[in-house]
Amino acid sequence: MQTIFSIAVDALAYGMVLFVISIGLSVTMGLMRVVNLAHGAFAMIGGYIASYAARDLGLGYGFAVLIAVFGTILIAIPVERLLYRRIYGAPELTQVLMTIGITFCIIGITNFVFGPTLKTIPLPAELQGSVDLGFRSIATQRLFAIVCGLAVALALWYLVERTSFGIKLRAAVDDAAMAAALGVKTEIVYAVSFAIAVGLAAFGGVVGAELLPVEPYYALRYMVTFLVVVSVGGAGSIPGALLACLLLGGIDTAGRYLMPEFGEFFFYLAVIAIVCIFPRGLAGRAK
Amino acid sequence: MSPIFEVEKLKKSFGGLAVANDVSLSLASGDRVALIGPNGAGKTTFVNLVTGNLTPDCGVVRLGGATITHLDAMRRVRLGLVRSFQVTRLFQDMTPQEHIALAILQRDGRSGRMFGSFLAMPDVMSETNDHLSTLGLLELADRKVREIAYGQQRLLEIALALALHPKVLLLDEPAAGVPQSDTGRIEQALAQLPADLAVLMIEHDMDLVFRFASRVVVLAAGQIIFDGSPADVTRDAHVREAYLGSYANARSVT
Amino acid sequence: MALLTNRESAAAPRRSSRYSRDLIGIAVILVFAVLGYLLFPNNLALLTRITAIALLVLSLDLVTGYCGVATLGHAALFGAGAYAAGMAAVHGGITEPVSMVVIGALGGAAAGLISGLVILRAHGLPQLVLSIAIIHLFHEAANKASSWTGGSDGLSGIAPDPLLGLFAFDLWGRTAYVFGIVLLLAVFIVLRQLVRSPFGMLCRGIKEDPIRIRAMGGSVQATLIRMYVISGAVAGIGGALSAVSTQVVGLDSLSFTLSAESLVMLVLGGTGSLYGALIGTLAFMWFEDLVSAANPFHWLTMVGVLLIAVVLFAPRGLFGTASALAARLWKGRP
Repeated sequence: MQTIFSIAVDALAYGMVLFVISIGLSVTMGLMRVVNLAHGAFAMIGGYIASYAARDLGLGYGFAVLIAVFGTILIAIPVERLLYRRIYGAPELTQVLMTIGITFCIIGITNFVFGPTLKTIPLPAELQGSVDLGFRSIATQRLFAIVCGLAVALALWYLVERTSFGIKLRAAVDDAAMAAALGVKTEIVYAVSFAIAVGLAAFGGVVGAELLPVEPYYALRYMVTFLVVVSVGGAGSIPGALLACLLLGGIDTAGRYLMPEFGEFFFYLAVIAIVCIFPRGLAGRAK
Repeated sequence: MSPIFEVEKLKKSFGGLAVANDVSLSLASGDRVALIGPNGAGKTTFVNLVTGNLTPDCGVVRLGGATITHLDAMRRVRLGLVRSFQVTRLFQDMTPQEHIALAILQRDGRSGRMFGSFLAMPDVMSETNDHLSTLGLLELADRKVREIAYGQQRLLEIALALALHPKVLLLDEPAAGVPQSDTGRIEQALAQLPADLAVLMIEHDMDLVFRFASRVVVLAAGQIIFDGSPADVTRDAHVREAYLGSYANARSVT
Repeated sequence: MALLTNRESAAAPRRSSRYSRDLIGIAVILVFAVLGYLLFPNNLALLTRITAIALLVLSLDLVTGYCGVATLGHAALFGAGAYAAGMAAVHGGITEPVSMVVIGALGGAAAGLISGLVILRAHGLPQLVLSIAIIHLFHEAANKASSWTGGSDGLSGIAPDPLLGLFAFDLWGRTAYVFGIVLLLAVFIVLRQLVRSPFGMLCRGIKEDPIRIRAMGGSVQATLIRMYVISGAVAGIGGALSAVSTQVVGLDSLSFTLSAESLVMLVLGGTGSLYGALIGTLAFMWFEDLVSAANPFHWLTMVGVLLIAVVLFAPRGLFGTASALAARLWKGRP
């Protein structure tokens, strides 16, 4: 019983962290049709910046999160302008290569600047320890990750369903050419979504540092996980991504607890099964 | 003469919209039939249903007397039901010669051979050159398709279909997108089609229809509203209504 | 009109020029092989490794360059060949090197069949994800079955017999190098035939427009699976060569990194051309050897910059760009 509860909490927290990081990837993939393998690299930059701000500069946790998010967006803007612009609409293979190249560069440069060691982000006192739920107690940090995930999901839902930007975004996802013809400035929609996506990646990288440790090869190690989440959920779908994160988070966490010697064998077996059954993702729309 | 190609009570609807409603049609060898109809009448859907790219809700398609409704698109082609595309689908990086040779090898079941080039197969080469020269494409045999004019690509599309030795040929707007100056060459190609081949051509250009077809079928809103001689089609009240709608008091169809 | 009259006479020499181009290609490979042997006698192990990886990249070119299937899991085929040959030697007692290579080819072909059946079920991003899942699945399976594969310690104790009973695998790796070059040449000659054959033409057609191939009565799926099996055999030969020459097989031969690197090499050289695959492998591995002696993170940064530069400035790869340039110069001549 204790095990099941621990698995459930960890799976939920892990799934939520995955969600925060990958939802930006899902939206930009649905919108710009770019297979972006460098998304995890932006989460990594966020983690490195937050670690530097909190540990080396001694700034507060909340402040470090803010610096990480906006710092990463600042770094990402020129990358989008100079490199991503060139591969919108290009064949997949080109996009894969360009974004792998960007990932390699970010890993190399980040480790050159910050040093190739595991980065910790010191938690404030409020997030350490555990919270008593009456019948069980859970680590505050896990709870924090879950709450952050829910908050991001809610905020995105509000943004997409209830604001004029959301309407433009949905129109552009459905049919970019038609949206442009109706007067939506798709360039701006693209740029803003890209910034939000990168900001969320950085946020997730920081908040999830306890579960996905910030280390030199972070961007490569989790590159695949994020892609898998988007593909399983269906690019461009928020509920699909949420479902995929919870499902895959559950399978991965359960596998680690119950059959650690198999590593990620069952995780990838599940991925193959899901992709074969739902080739367009769990929430994929028929073309 | 028994029909080589029959469609019986074909039905298909998307959601509540019937795009093919009890469509029945038959062709005998040597027939030249034009399928016309206003935009959105379901002509291309009809072709997709017949070729196996779409599955009908009900109805039967027969080729040479055998039912082929359950077969996939690939097998129907192998049995001799061949189509061309409204927008050419050719291999941009390959030459016309390679296109035709591939079609011949595919037809003969030799496309899986893993050694030897078709350039060294005299029978394939001579048939390829025959097909290309019939349509006046021999000079372009070694150019890449991306380098040749659209009108010539349309001719290649026809040559490709013929190289598969069809029994029934479905031509989906063979002259679409071709400049007026080049349509003559395509018309000439259509006039030279093998005499025993059954041809169903979708076309908008009525001049071409009248010169090519011995029979005209009119499809409107998923239903066949006319099946008869070209001379009668413009006089038919249903056809005039389908095409002209509120302009029904206009003098003639152009 | 002049074109038309020249055609009949032009056809015959054109065909023989194709074969003479092949002979030139084989000669160039041989010259490079001999130069490598003479210039780097102390580095034959690296050259043999390049040869083995070249087989992997050639194999990737068959599915990516000729069939248009994007995959980030191709090392599964290479690793399967390596483990098949290694396990045959360690557990099966088959230490005759040619037999080991044959077993490697069979192992690779089997992995190719499995990969193909899975990967070809989807298109686009899901296809890429399936290929990634496959390589991880193979990796985890090899890691778990450690009693057979040696797990993370690697499979060691592979002791191949002398080649043809005459040439022992020496400490300097001379025999292994010559063996590797012979295998590479043999595969290259077979693949030149294959890509020119009707089957190769069918594959190129599928790459450009699968719907048209179906409308010609061709079976897309069956053709691609066959190509995947062939590709697996080629990669498997590469894996077996690696097992025979290094006498160990490690989990890194079944890694995502190797898969991604082989794709980088292919694109660097130019997809859809066997020469491109060879040139890309040579250039990348040489560059890696040059730079990675320094900080591994500088190596990553440089590979990244290289990739971005290839995508931006030479999208057809080194060979593609060079041959396009050469063709333009040729046309420019009177």
